[in-house]
Amino acid sequence: MAVYQHDVLVVGAGLAGMRATLAAQEAGADVAMITKVHPVRSHSNAAQGGINAALESRGDNWDDHAYNTVKGSDYLGDQDAIEIMCQEAGPAVVELEHMGVVFNRDENGRLGTRHFGGQEVARTFFVADITGQALLHALYEQIMKYNPRVYEEWFVTSLVIEDGKCCGVVALELMTGQIHLIKAKAVILATGGTGRCFEPSTNGLVVTADGQGLAYQVGVPLMDMEMVQYHPTTLKGNGVLMTEGARGEGGYLLNSEGERFMKTYAPNMMELASRDVVSRSEQTEINEGRGIDGCVLLDLRHLGRELIETKLAYINEVAMDFANVNLAEEPCPIRPGNHYEMGGIKTDVHGVTSMPGLYAAGECANVSVHGGNRLGANSLLDTVVFGKRAGIHAADYSRQIEQINVPDSIVSLDEGRIKSFFDKKDNTDTPATIRLAMGQAMNEGVAVFRDEAGMQAAYKTILELKDRYKRLGVHDSGKIFNTNLLFAFELGFMLDTAETICVSALARKESRGAHYRTDMPDRDDENWMKHILVQNTGEDLPTVDFSPVTVTRWEPQIRSY
Amino acid sequence: MKVKLDVGRFNPESEGDKSFRQEFDLEVEEYYTVLDALMQVRDYEDPSLAMRCSCRASICGSCAMKINGTSGLGCNTKIVDVIKKDGTVKVDPAGNLPVVKDLVVDMEPFWSKVREIKPFLQTKGPEPQDEYIAPQQAMLDLVKPVGCIMCGACVSDCTVLEVDSNFIGPAALAKASRFIDDPRDEMNAERFAQLNQYTGVWDCTRCMACVEVCPKGVAPMDRIMTIRDQIINAGIKNTNGARHAEGFASIVKRYGTLDETQLVIKTFGVLNPIVALKNIKALFGLLPVAYRALRKNKLPPVFHHKIAGVSYIKNIFKKLGA
Repeated sequence: MAVYQHDVLVVGAGLAGMRATLAAQEAGADVAMITKVHPVRSHSNAAQGGINAALESRGDNWDDHAYNTVKGSDYLGDQDAIEIMCQEAGPAVVELEHMGVVFNRDENGRLGTRHFGGQEVARTFFVADITGQALLHALYEQIMKYNPRVYEEWFVTSLVIEDGKCCGVVALELMTGQIHLIKAKAVILATGGTGRCFEPSTNGLVVTADGQGLAYQVGVPLMDMEMVQYHPTTLKGNGVLMTEGARGEGGYLLNSEGERFMKTYAPNMMELASRDVVSRSEQTEINEGRGIDGCVLLDLRHLGRELIETKLAYINEVAMDFANVNLAEEPCPIRPGNHYEMGGIKTDVHGVTSMPGLYAAGECANVSVHGGNRLGANSLLDTVVFGKRAGIHAADYSRQIEQINVPDSIVSLDEGRIKSFFDKKDNTDTPATIRLAMGQAMNEGVAVFRDEAGMQAAYKTILELKDRYKRLGVHDSGKIFNTNLLFAFELGFMLDTAETICVSALARKESRGAHYRTDMPDRDDENWMKHILVQNTGEDLPTVDFSPVTVTRWEPQIRSY
Repeated sequence: MKVKLDVGRFNPESEGDKSFRQEFDLEVEEYYTVLDALMQVRDYEDPSLAMRCSCRASICGSCAMKINGTSGLGCNTKIVDVIKKDGTVKVDPAGNLPVVKDLVVDMEPFWSKVREIKPFLQTKGPEPQDEYIAPQQAMLDLVKPVGCIMCGACVSDCTVLEVDSNFIGPAALAKASRFIDDPRDEMNAERFAQLNQYTGVWDCTRCMACVEVCPKGVAPMDRIMTIRDQIINAGIKNTNGARHAEGFASIVKRYGTLDETQLVIKTFGVLNPIVALKNIKALFGLLPVAYRALRKNKLPPVFHHKIAGVSYIKNIFKKLGA
């Protein structure tokens, strides 16, 4: 058996993963990246609007950015982590610019900004409405330049733990169907979000909570998983994202009566209130009969064709392709849709998890900088700031320890799991049917508006589906590019993660950020300004624990926009 | 809506070296894309059907494939737009790349060519403290080429790659143009020298296929033509391509129409012994063509005549400043 060994192994090759890889390499580590899809196919692509930073050279102030982020988080974000993110934002954006990102400029050739939700000033840097794609490709250009080892189209099936430390991964090579052991002194999980636990979602088909599932398997706590963001503007039909940049550039939200209904809910910030606030407002309009066929309207006509075709060209293409709407000529039906997981693997500000040797960064991690609600354009920032910090710290850590010896035979566990999938091929259930049932249940019970009964119903469904999953078989017996087998593994991660979301949501007896309970509509700072940790202790059901929120300067206030 | 999906398949494990076709009769929604239909097959009928897909929104570039023989993304091609009169849609793996299984191709030849053009920003001198100052319009103009999602549709339908796999190809060249046109990049001389060689910009036959199939409007061929201009304007003219372009223009300017005999002489530098010697093989290669033309009475006349309104043509050149 081939021996693969590295100082640092990064799982996932989106923005956080590639940034971590480059940082670890620069810090002198032998680093490799393992990814189930080619890096430029990663879902960071789909981020459209931009990346936030308060540039001091522009007279902006990172304190203000931090305050807006704390308020956006509904005071659940850890303020020390938020301060770090906002302080490092400016240098991070300049660094990306130096790598080659073609950020929009002002008339003086300096970086230009646009308005984004929840921010009092325009501090969002962008590349038209393809910022995520532009950043992802720019980072991949750096990967091609510095050439670290990339295990491309390899899927991590489990983490290797010895002596209480993470010291490698077991992975399935899709092209050959072979199982491999890759040893590493440090492993950084950067696998993205949980979108496919929900149906519909703006997220791509590859966003299957792999990192969260891997961490959960080995008993690492997941934090604030109930905080699931529903994006206010997703396309009717297939649920594809329509950037917040559309409202940042001045777009309106209209109800069936043609009113800009946000004046009722957020008279100051209007369409640019926090995402949780806008999504709830839309859903209220729809529920109270002022929607159109389950949607409200995004109206950009007054922005003019030229602006739409330069700064919002991609969503114009998407609206045309998938909804037959020309944004310059007619309003577009949109609705709130599953978009982002604020919760994730609990880490400190260096990406360190509770398990020595295991790190997490990006959407799969929870530092926590987004708390109960992430502000638009803070996610790209999160990936590059904390990806880099995790890379540096992991490189440093790997210098201080010896590689723990792992017997090659460890792969037999996962080989056994694969054999067991093949053995159950007579079961007619498929990953797709179970996933669809899970997604619909989650979208029903753990969505914009929640209550005890609805969440219980979703949880009950998830437990039933987990039971069905135990009997799931794989029907494609081939070795080459067997996606049937891949989906079976992914589904296991998603079901575990969906369970943590339900358990966390049921535990929080208040409304805060994206977690809005119609049966407990008030925020309860006295009892619930704390993080919820959900952990697998090897028992049937996960355990729930709590940890305090770090407050540095901003005591909780009433949150209005 | 009923559709018959006619899929070109390949599975070296179970079916050997030969590709085969398989039809799937599906009941689909009106709004379904080709990718939706393929996923319906994979998820509910035949789990062994292999393909790549991720974003479903034409931004990740995973699902380039041939649809009714023309390359495109499965995710933004609606069934209703491509279904044939007999109710079928034909789907095949992308071309000009080795097939691994069904619709999955080996993208390594694609990426190795991208890597060849040094696909990253290269500057000289120290980095500024803040961002580089760059003209607003220059950065806006780069949004289109930067919007390339590296799906490989252009490579799949490239008619040059079909006959010469050494051609660096439309995707890599479009990527190169993204750096050439970037005011921050300072390696144009080196990039021009590389792209001016065999396998570079002069190997494109201007067939337009890449422009037609690109799902993101990157228009690779237009960028290749721009690089050619930039190379000539940089004074690098010692290639058959540059001689062909300049010769073409000078003949038309002088006579009002093209004289193919003179074009051959100018392109292959027949009047310059050093150039002609280098092109000797290519020149002999033209003899059979000339012989066939002669037999069909299509050989151009030895003495080419100016057309009546040649002064108008000259005026056009004058207006263009050429």
